Amino acid sequence: MLRTTKGIHPQVVDQITAETGLDASKQQVGQRRRAAGLALPLIAFVLVTFVAPLGALLVRSAYDPLVADALPETLALLRAWDGASALEEPVYATAARELLQAREERTLGQIATRVNRIKSGLRSVVTRSVRKLRNASGDSWRETMIGINAAWGEPDVWLAIRSAGERFTFRHYINALDLMRQPDGSIARQPEERRIYLPLLWRTLAISFGISALCLVIGYPIAHLIAHAPPRRANLLLLLVLVPFWTSLLVRTTAWIVLLQTQGVINSLLVAIGLIADDGRIAMIYNMTGTFVAMTHVLLPFMVLPLYSVMRSIPPSHVRAAASLGATPFQAFWRVYWPQTLPGVGAGSLMVFILAIGYYITPALVGGSKGQLISNMIAYHMQTSLNWGLAAALAAILLVGIIALYVLYDRVVGIDRMRLG
Amino acid sequence: MVSTDDNCTSTPHVEFSGVSKSYDGRNWVVRDLDLDVHKGEFLTMLGPSGSGKTTCLMMLAGFETLAAGTIRINGVPVGDLPPHKREIGVVFQNYALFPHMTVGGNLAFPLEVRGIDPSERQERVARTLRLVRLEGLEDRRPGQLSGGQQQRVAIARALVFDPELVLMDEPLGALDRRLREEMQYEIRRIQRTLGITVVYVTHDQQEAMVMSDRVAVFRGGAIEQVASPEVLYEEPERAFVAHFIGENNRLNGVVRTVGDGVCEVEVGDALVKAVSLGQCPPGAAATVVVRPERVKLSPSEGEHSYSNEFDADIEDIAFLGDHMRLRLKLCGHSGFIVKIPNIVGQGGVLEGDRIRVGWTLLDCRALKPDAADDEGDPSASG
Repeated sequence: MLRTTKGIHPQVVDQITAETGLDASKQQVGQRRRAAGLALPLIAFVLVTFVAPLGALLVRSAYDPLVADALPETLALLRAWDGASALEEPVYATAARELLQAREERTLGQIATRVNRIKSGLRSVVTRSVRKLRNASGDSWRETMIGINAAWGEPDVWLAIRSAGERFTFRHYINALDLMRQPDGSIARQPEERRIYLPLLWRTLAISFGISALCLVIGYPIAHLIAHAPPRRANLLLLLVLVPFWTSLLVRTTAWIVLLQTQGVINSLLVAIGLIADDGRIAMIYNMTGTFVAMTHVLLPFMVLPLYSVMRSIPPSHVRAAASLGATPFQAFWRVYWPQTLPGVGAGSLMVFILAIGYYITPALVGGSKGQLISNMIAYHMQTSLNWGLAAALAAILLVGIIALYVLYDRVVGIDRMRLG
Repeated sequence: MVSTDDNCTSTPHVEFSGVSKSYDGRNWVVRDLDLDVHKGEFLTMLGPSGSGKTTCLMMLAGFETLAAGTIRINGVPVGDLPPHKREIGVVFQNYALFPHMTVGGNLAFPLEVRGIDPSERQERVARTLRLVRLEGLEDRRPGQLSGGQQQRVAIARALVFDPELVLMDEPLGALDRRLREEMQYEIRRIQRTLGITVVYVTHDQQEAMVMSDRVAVFRGGAIEQVASPEVLYEEPERAFVAHFIGENNRLNGVVRTVGDGVCEVEVGDALVKAVSLGQCPPGAAATVVVRPERVKLSPSEGEHSYSNEFDADIEDIAFLGDHMRLRLKLCGHSGFIVKIPNIVGQGGVLEGDRIRVGWTLLDCRALKPDAADDEGDPSASG
């Protein structure tokens, strides 16, 4: 089609278009469609590999059908219950049947875990009772179950099953925000000693903020040096910034262990020159200091590169002009140079902050217990406690926080002014 | 050579003495340079790129250090004075306007850092904008202005704090031709209105001629000649200057006789009489320079005011509207240019014709050949 039109004189094509009514806007729409078609594989790739898994995980934070699917009739009966009065035989009979069924289908363990998360200690009550129920027989399931474990006579276990049976739930968010649901249904804060996630979230934000600030303080002069050095030296310096970038994260982090540990290079040096006593070696790793130092190092290039790119676009004559107009070196920097680097400062800080907030490996390796971040807790719930719902809720809260920050940045500085390098 | 002016009794506003500069320690960018700039003068540093003129300007502004020599402003050496204490307005090549400030902000900046209070600041900003004819543009950003407007803002910013000395580094280089000519007169007008001293750097000789009281012609880090545009044009002291300012014919030959300001130079098989500056003793090589518009076609018989008269062959004729341009072969030299004004009665010549041309003694100077200047003793210029 293209080939045929190519051969025809443009005027003739115009005539044809005019006659057929194929106007320019229609052609443009066609072009736009074709362009979109080219982007389609990429869009599909992003959907499959990024949006879908992320979405699936986030859905888990509020949607958990396992218990609801396993014990539908029991839950229906429990929903009609006032939550305090003694339960009748049909409830026990249905529950016993469905629990035994679940045991057959090997979902009982998962059900027990979920019930246990509502009220701890109930896992064994459920699993053991059901194991014994298998061999039990009798006219009254109620008598049998209470006979196996007196807890079945109390409302607690039933309330826990009812909660665990909610298909859509904010339970994970309530937990993630260190809140709890009181017996009357209202939401209250956890007692101080049981608050885990919020303090960790604050600590994560504080550490990330500190690391961003430290990266800025260290990265700004480096970027300035590189941006205004002669080309050959600038290339070398830029290489020095980038080489760590190309090294394995693990290698870089372990290098810090070598340097900072109690028997490490820095402590030994300090002891050797007599600055500290041998029994007074400083703990610089496996605590917050370790996290701070190693993460600042790891994230520094993300600050230097956008700053460098912005600084390189500022002509040296600007600072000279400021000086010729009577500005002291500090005034020239603060009034003329610094404001022009703000897009880079914003981009670098935002990038370091966002990366730091979700950082996992480095704090896991050098953070000890005091230097853990919220991501380590998410990993714990993903891998160890297998409470994916809670992990997803924590991740969602983190995501919302980052989006809020991004929007704030857009309002204050403007994303279009951001320069990433 | 420097003191071709008449008011050298008072202290010069700016004084370069023995100034040298090298970036790598081997090649001199500026070598042993002397120059005086007087109060209220418009002095242009003119030269090809790499001749050291911008370096001189930057040393004066305080952005470059001196390897040797002294720069004095009002008689006071400024070697240890940082740029921000020199009170010199500088207009940079690419304007160097601050893009994050408005026009008003750019102009207020030098006043702010001097602690001038806001009401006076505003008044002076408005006054200076009026001076450069940009009233009402205070709230625009530099990026929203045209090239010419940006140029005016840059000039206004360099003037707003009332400096007595303003430096301009090829400020019109980025403008188109029409705008450049307009701005040349504009800058000249402002300089005269305020009575400030301007040191201006350019590589455009026409620009230098239009604007300057005096022009310092730079070459290879040294000054070839400092003089008013007229003197530079009429009485060049160097073959380089003769060639760089305006158009000139150069005839290379050997000096035969010298006497009382006049010498005879043998060019090819002819003898040319020329004004001698004492640069070339008998037997030495010399370049004879003649302006193309001073050459007269077919001087009438019996009229002997033309000391030099030769036969020439027309190689080429070009019609340029206001004048005709002839390329001649003369005294064995090809490409000798003659300009004939386009007036009634002139012309009537054809390619290949043999004609007679002539010029007076005073229109013709014997100078030391240009090639020798490259290896020659640089101190001869200072």
